[in-house]
Amino acid sequence: MPFLPHTLEEEQAMLKDMGICTIEELFRDIPEQLRLKRKLNLPKGLSEKAAWDEVERLAHRNKDIGQYLCFRGAGAYEHYQPKAVKHILSRSEFYTAYTPYQPEVSQGTLQAIFEYQTCICELTGMDVANASHYDGATALAEAALMAIQISRRKKLVISSLVHPEYRETLHTYLSRRGIEIIMLPSENGLTAVAELEKVLTTEVAAVIVQNPNFLGSIENLAFFAQKIHEKGGLLIACVDPVSLGVLASPGECGADIAVGEGQSLGLPLSLGGPYLGFMACKEKYVRRMPGRIVGKTVDRLGREGFVLTLQAREQHIRRDKAGSNICSNQALCALAATIYLALLGPRGLREVGKQCMEKSHYASELLVQLPGISLAFTAPFFQEFVVKTQESAVSINQRLWEAGILGGLDLGRYYPELKNHLLFCVTEMRTKEEIERLVEVIGG
Amino acid sequence: MNYQYPDNLKYTEDHEWILEKEGKGIVGITDYAQHSLGDIVFVELPEPGQKVKIGDSLGVVESVKAVSEIYAPCSGTVRAVNENLLADPALLNDEPYAAGWIAEIEIEELSDKLLTAKEYKFLILEKAEEG
Amino acid sequence: MEKLIFEKSVEGRHGNYLPPSDVPVKQIHELIPEELSRKKAPLLPQLTEVEVVRHYTRLSQLNYGVDTGFYPLGSCTMKYNPKINEDAANLNGFSQLHPYQPVESVQGALELMYKTQEYLAEITGMDAFTLQPAAGAHGELTGLLLIMAYHAARGDFQRDKVLVPDSAHGTNPASATLVGCKIIEIPSKENGEVDLEALKKAVGEDTAALMLTNPNTLGMFETQIIEIAEIVHQAGGLLYYDGANMNAIMGYARPGDMGFDVVHLNLHKTFSAPHGGGGPGAGPVGVKSCLEPFLPKPVISYNQQTQNYYFDEERSQSIGRMKAFYGNFGVVVKAFTYLLMMGGDGLQEVSAKAVLNANYLMNLLSKHYEQPFAGPCKHEFVLTSSPYKGNEVRTLDIAKRLLDYGFHAPTIYFPLIVSEALMIEPTETENKQTLDEFARVMAKIAQEAMENPKLLQEAPHNTPVSRLDETQAARKPVLRWKAE
Repeated sequence: MPFLPHTLEEEQAMLKDMGICTIEELFRDIPEQLRLKRKLNLPKGLSEKAAWDEVERLAHRNKDIGQYLCFRGAGAYEHYQPKAVKHILSRSEFYTAYTPYQPEVSQGTLQAIFEYQTCICELTGMDVANASHYDGATALAEAALMAIQISRRKKLVISSLVHPEYRETLHTYLSRRGIEIIMLPSENGLTAVAELEKVLTTEVAAVIVQNPNFLGSIENLAFFAQKIHEKGGLLIACVDPVSLGVLASPGECGADIAVGEGQSLGLPLSLGGPYLGFMACKEKYVRRMPGRIVGKTVDRLGREGFVLTLQAREQHIRRDKAGSNICSNQALCALAATIYLALLGPRGLREVGKQCMEKSHYASELLVQLPGISLAFTAPFFQEFVVKTQESAVSINQRLWEAGILGGLDLGRYYPELKNHLLFCVTEMRTKEEIERLVEVIGG
Repeated sequence: MNYQYPDNLKYTEDHEWILEKEGKGIVGITDYAQHSLGDIVFVELPEPGQKVKIGDSLGVVESVKAVSEIYAPCSGTVRAVNENLLADPALLNDEPYAAGWIAEIEIEELSDKLLTAKEYKFLILEKAEEG
Repeated sequence: MEKLIFEKSVEGRHGNYLPPSDVPVKQIHELIPEELSRKKAPLLPQLTEVEVVRHYTRLSQLNYGVDTGFYPLGSCTMKYNPKINEDAANLNGFSQLHPYQPVESVQGALELMYKTQEYLAEITGMDAFTLQPAAGAHGELTGLLLIMAYHAARGDFQRDKVLVPDSAHGTNPASATLVGCKIIEIPSKENGEVDLEALKKAVGEDTAALMLTNPNTLGMFETQIIEIAEIVHQAGGLLYYDGANMNAIMGYARPGDMGFDVVHLNLHKTFSAPHGGGGPGAGPVGVKSCLEPFLPKPVISYNQQTQNYYFDEERSQSIGRMKAFYGNFGVVVKAFTYLLMMGGDGLQEVSAKAVLNANYLMNLLSKHYEQPFAGPCKHEFVLTSSPYKGNEVRTLDIAKRLLDYGFHAPTIYFPLIVSEALMIEPTETENKQTLDEFARVMAKIAQEAMENPKLLQEAPHNTPVSRLDETQAARKPVLRWKAE
């Protein structure tokens, strides 16, 4: 049997040492009527080679992003991953370790998380960050819970242009907490600010806005911050970290909590997971922040080192009074993001953001020259934009897919009023030629 | 363990103390409480002006590995809080009955379950025997 | 210690990863208004690739992983993580799939997920599985939401109490609070099992669920599980199985047959996906058919007629989404690969050897440490170091001393009901020689505890740093690097 080291002789010696004859005797405490009297009905175990053949067979049944041109984002983005990221991640001292419960033998993980926290603070312009969440959607939901605890208020206002799956996750998380969630409609591809005034009261714990929003447009975060602060509530900004080389940071805009999806920082698309939820906030809220946090301290001999800290916030100590039940993080994904950022540096990240903007704008300018295609909104955008099509969105995407191109996301499924609207994404990965190919196929 | 139990204070079974003087009460946690929690790293204080009932949470004391609520030994209005604790929570360990006080409350009603120093000491000694 | 990467940064250094833009170059202010653009550049490190690679290689060397050595961390199942798992998850056909690409182009991925669901259902005796939860605690939250949705669908709105044994993991009460429930703790009997009389008194019309691990956190099988299930079910509550300890009983007994209605598994424990230094993991949730309509959407389904797999979004009774997309797919690939290699017989063998190793080691160690509960244990066991307390040696000191000898420490001070607890889980992938050596070292430490307590109190001595000041870390938090 693979991975099981015991020889028959060793097994006998071990049993003899305990004064028993069979392993079965060690299971005598399981009541007879509960014993599974048959074998598990699973396929017979395979050798490594046969197992590899089978996973390769399944992998080959998929069409990976190297086999088509991707013009789709919507919360999962194809960016260039420097080769060094994967190489460092494959160090098994990182990936076969547990949560750093014994800091003396976990300084690698702890220091990497401390560096990650610093990177997230720098990117978002916030004071403190935690060690990460499962993904952007759950980070957003936990930020909402945090705002509710800080403000002791029971209403949330959320833009309808926050990623639909994030909004659904928020609803699930809060479904049993008696929280009223008010949705802000949109106007011209942006969250409708006129509506904001109507719903903002001193009962609102937080306003939640995504930037760039789900339609790719850039919101005026500072305006939302000002309005909610007038009512004593918090602004939760959900941001794309890759955009933060060029776009104003949540901190610069006055946000109280910044969250987002870190997949775009060098993590593979991987059909939606594992990804990386990040969270950062103003210093005064740090003791309300959920999740693991790493801090710097000194050892017995005065040398600097790192530990998990502020643990009294967490479930293993506060139990039913804890603000969250989270007890892990996405340490390896956070490490990937940190390495990515260290390799690119501030200029590299700005260059990625700038190219995303240039290329998406180039694509949009070409597309709108086609008959039957128009830009749906006039708001400024980052790497995604919406076009309105005369031909049905389904038929355009069908034609594109047959030509080896993954077209824009059909928005009708998420916003009924946006039937025959496509959300295109153009990152730094696409070349001029590929963009022109997209336009050519759509143009027929 | 030799804990301090000043005679001029009243105690709760939850290990708070109160010093009553001219209708006001200064509240803190006992020597035993600070010792069982260990190094205190953070204190969450009530808001001045906040009204409390007997047994309401007045705040939270955190050590590295434990957390404990502070319960009000009287009803009334919080008049002052010890903001020094925010910058220096170690005061709670070093001087639980003096510089480590937590809040001053204008007393409406005292809990009828308060213990004298002697009674409280007895309670702690019993605990020590059990443990 | 290694300097921080920010302290190694030199203004002007950088890697070179992108070609120059081949579309018309524009200035950022031409594309977005000034007030929406960034004012102050983030202070990210500026280094060459070799500097970054060396930095993280050195950091990795400060870590201890399963590949470094024996990692007997109780309740965490630190078994060997087969290398094939990593390569499988890294296959382009899995790692380079966009979550919103056409479903017909990800049939292999869906087949893999669907089969994993089926295998897990068979292993646990449940009827349906969701792979969406990203971790054990996330699975708990999912499971409790399912239970609350089940009660609500029956018009049963008054059930707001979740019962947990006093040996429960801290996530149980925290998860219960998240779904608006209160916790009732059920005391354990002297043998560590649930006290049935106390349970009978605690259940009622307000019981939403009982959360239990079996084997429990002491590593003991709850022999009265059938009675427990009856008591809870008769009161109208449901039974939740925390699958943290599933490694003990695969092929021997199934939570579904014990009466559990919901289970979560940890793919990063039982099914050999690595822990990643804290994540990513995966916490799939299995349910009996009565809870199936409430599963988070989308559900991965198979259409017999078209012979296609698909994401079923049309689930009117679903509790909703637990995260974006479909779960930690990359972690599922690893567990699936492991399941392929082990097969049904292999999994049973895994549990047999995990239990053999645990009992063998318990027997060796109980000569030097107190064993509070009589065996046999299952995949793990709890000892106490309280005999050494008189010598001012605590469990923490023993754990730290183990690091000096090149072993990872066991889980300590858990479960809470055993004072000075050491919770040890050797797993099936360790050989007899390792167990013998660990036992020898533990005996030596016991001797040191009697003869030279200071050696333990000041341990570890041979690690990159010695014991760290957690009080200072929490009193004056330094949570990030700042430019001077």
